[in-house]
Amino acid sequence: MWIVPAIVLAICVVVALVRLILGPSIPDRIVALDTINTIVIVIMVILGAAFKEIILIDVAIVYALLSFVTTLFIAKYIEKGKF
Amino acid sequence: MDIATYILIGIGLFFNLLGTVGLHRFPDFYTRLHAATKCTTFGAIFLIAAVMVQSIGVWATEGSSSPESVLTIHSIIALIAIVLTNATGAHAIARAGHRSGVKPVIAVVDDIEGARIHD
Repeated sequence: MWIVPAIVLAICVVVALVRLILGPSIPDRIVALDTINTIVIVIMVILGAAFKEIILIDVAIVYALLSFVTTLFIAKYIEKGKF
Repeated sequence: MDIATYILIGIGLFFNLLGTVGLHRFPDFYTRLHAATKCTTFGAIFLIAAVMVQSIGVWATEGSSSPESVLTIHSIIALIAIVLTNATGAHAIARAGHRSGVKPVIAVVDDIEGARIHD
């Protein structure tokens, strides 16, 4: 039941990865990275439900908070040119 | 319960696909941000709701000693983290892009040009 959504979301990650590689400007790449982060969190929750592993969902929570911090720091970097 | 889960999965996958296709179809950083952030947040809400519906079904039949109770509560926490951080992060990216000088492709006037802080 949960394997098909996980595979489709993995395809979504690959499609967003193309934009991450091609992206003409740095903000385009950050948008693609943010999209990939959200989709990876959802994949972790779905795989945690598929395999009945609660540790995967805990990892997803920590990943969400850490990717938020990463996004904020990259935004601060492209705003000022330095940290 | 299974039918509700399948419907929620379908809606969530549709919006996630829409967000990633929008990353390629839109011409501009701001429109890409608009498509990607909103669609992936909405899709994440529905996919985690699918996980929650399925887990609550097992929780109701097997009692609160099953691992599905913990799985449901932690899924809700992950959903709250996604919903709070995605919108805030998108706002930070848009503001940083504007202040670093990225313009929309067909824009002729920038009304919030004076809103930059020079520090």
